[in-house]
Amino acid sequence: MPCFLRVSGLSRYYDNVAAVDDISFEVNKGEFVALLGPSGCGKSTTLKMIAGLEQPDEGIIEIDGSNVVDKSPGKRNLSMVFQSYALFPHLSVKENILFGLKARKVHKTEQKKRLASVVEMVDLGQHLNKKPGQLSGGQSQRVALARSIVSNAPLCLMDEPLSNLDTKLRADMRSEIRTLQKKLGLTVVYVTHDQIEAMSMADKIILLNQGSIEQADVPENFYNKPLTTFVASFIGHPPMNLIPHNDVLLGVRPEHVSIVEDNGLDVTVRECDYQGSETIITANYKDSLIRACLPGKRTIPDGSVVKLRWKPETEHLFNNKNGHRVPAGTTSVFPFHQL
Amino acid sequence: MQPTRQIQAWLLLLPALCLLVAFTHYPVIKTIVRSFFGFGTRWESQATLENYRYLLEDEVLMQVLYNSFLYAAITVPVSIVLAIAMALWVNSKMAGKGILRTAYFTPTVLPMISVANIWLFFYSPEIGLLNKLLGLVGHGGINWLGDPEVALYSLMAMTIWKEAGFFMIFYLAALQTIDSNLYHAAAIENANKWTVFRRITFPLLMPTTLFVLVNALLNAFKLVDHLFILTKGGPNNASNLLLYYIFENAFSFFDTAYAAALTVLMLVILVVLALLQFGVIEKRVHYR
Repeated sequence: MPCFLRVSGLSRYYDNVAAVDDISFEVNKGEFVALLGPSGCGKSTTLKMIAGLEQPDEGIIEIDGSNVVDKSPGKRNLSMVFQSYALFPHLSVKENILFGLKARKVHKTEQKKRLASVVEMVDLGQHLNKKPGQLSGGQSQRVALARSIVSNAPLCLMDEPLSNLDTKLRADMRSEIRTLQKKLGLTVVYVTHDQIEAMSMADKIILLNQGSIEQADVPENFYNKPLTTFVASFIGHPPMNLIPHNDVLLGVRPEHVSIVEDNGLDVTVRECDYQGSETIITANYKDSLIRACLPGKRTIPDGSVVKLRWKPETEHLFNNKNGHRVPAGTTSVFPFHQL
Repeated sequence: MQPTRQIQAWLLLLPALCLLVAFTHYPVIKTIVRSFFGFGTRWESQATLENYRYLLEDEVLMQVLYNSFLYAAITVPVSIVLAIAMALWVNSKMAGKGILRTAYFTPTVLPMISVANIWLFFYSPEIGLLNKLLGLVGHGGINWLGDPEVALYSLMAMTIWKEAGFFMIFYLAALQTIDSNLYHAAAIENANKWTVFRRITFPLLMPTTLFVLVNALLNAFKLVDHLFILTKGGPNNASNLLLYYIFENAFSFFDTAYAAALTVLMLVILVVLALLQFGVIEKRVHYR
C-alpha cells in the first residue's frame, strides 16, 4: 500500500516546552489511524499541524508526496471534523454542508448532486432546513461528518468527534464512521483519548505521551505486547497490574488473574467492585496493588487473605528504570509457578 | 397573605415609581397637553390644533427635519461600518493592540462639550488645524462651520469620530464570543477573508448590529450638545437639528406650546423608527 501521509521530525514548542517532540509516522492510503493519548499529550496539536491550523517549529508533513508545511489549510486537500462540530449556527443544515463547495465555487449542479448523495449517506433528509440549534448531538455530529465528506477530500482529520455524545450513541457512531470510511476509501487520522474508540475503529494506533510516540502498532499489539509501562497502564480496563519484583516490573492483566485454593500469591483484599458481568477485586501485595477481574458477582470480606495466580505466558516484563519492555526470561518470575 | 404581598410589592416599587412619574411620565403627559394650547401661558384658552397646523407650514422645521434625517442617514451607517472595521482590526493578533483599542475608545470617554471644543480648533477658519494643513498644500482653506454647504457635514464628521469608538466596543465584545473553530472550519474549506466575513462574521454580528443601530439612531436625534459650541444651528439653520430647534423654540423664543408640539413630533418619529427596526430586522437576525 502506498504511503499517503508522512510526518517526520515534527515538533512544536510552547514557551520552550515541547508539546510535540520530534514525532514521525506514516499513514497509508485508505488507512484509519488513531492518535491516542491522555489530555495534553500533543495529539490535537499534531492534528492541527497536519491540518495547517498550527505551524510546526520543525519537521515535514507530506500529503500524497508533497510537503504541505507552507501551504494554507484550504490548499492541503483535506477535510476536518471538530470536537465541538464547529457548525455555523446561523446557517441551515443544507448551507452548512454546502459551505465549502460554495467557498470553492463548485458548479451548482455538482453541488446538488454531491449534497443529495451525502445527505443519503448520513441520513439527514428531514433536517436539511433546520438550524444547528434545533438538532440533537447525534444529528449535529452527522452534519459535521457530511460537511467533511462532501468535500471529496481524500484525507479526513477527526478531532475527538464523538466525545460530546452519550455512550450508546457513541457506539453507534463508531461503527457508522468506520463503515463510511471503508466505503469511501478515506484516509483518516482520528484523535481520541478513548482507548475503546481507538481499539475498535483503527487499523493502526499511535499512542502519544508527553509529545512523543510511546508505541505505533496494530491495536492487538497494544494489548498483547505493550512496549512500555505507560502503554501497559494506559490500555485495558482496569489497567495492567505492575508489580515490582527484584530488578524488574512484572505486568499482568487483571483479567488473567484468578483466585486459587493453594500455590498462589498471598494478598490482602481491600475492595470488591461489582460491575455486572464481573467483579474487580483490589488487593494489597507488599507495597503494591493488584487487581483481579473475576467473572460474576464475588463477595470477599475486606481484609481477608486470598491466593492469586496467573499463567506464566500472560506475564509481561519491564525494565524498572526506563519502563521499557524486556524479553521474558526462560524461568518465570514468581516462585509459585515452579510449585 | 396575597393582598399584603401585593401592598408590599407596590411599596417596594414606590420610590422608583415616584421618580419615574415625576420626571418622565408627568412631563410627557404635560408636554402632550401643552402642545394643544396657544402661545405663552394662557391656560384658560380653548384647546387648539394651531400648533400642529403650524408644524406643516413651518419652513424652518422642514429644513431642520431634512437636516436631522440626513444627519442620521450618514452618521449611523458610517459609524457602524467604521466600528466593525476597527473592531476586526483590534481583534486580530498584533502587537500594540491594547494601545490601539484605548485610542479608538478615547473619544467616547470625552464629554461632547469637550469634543466640540477640540474640534472647534480644527475647524476655525484662520487658526484651525484643518485650514493650516490645507494652506501647506496651497489651498485657500474652507469655512468649515460658516459655509451653509459644509457646516452640517463638519458636524457629521465629528459625530462619527466620537461614536464609532463606542460602537466598536460592542462589536469587539461580540467578536470575542464567536467560536474560533468556526474560522478553522472555514479555513479548511479554503474560504477567503471576504467570504468568511460575509458568510460567518457579519451574520453572527447581526444581533449586535441591531442593538447598535437602535442606539446610533436614537443618538443621532438626541445629540445636541455640540451645536451649542460649534454652530448654534447656523448659518441660516443649515446645521440645525430637531432637538436644537425644540430648545430654541422653548428657551430662545419662549414658545413653549410650539416646542411641546415639536417634542411630540420627535417622539412619534423615534417610536416609528424603533418599531420599524425591530419589526424588519429582527426577522433576519440570528439569535443563538
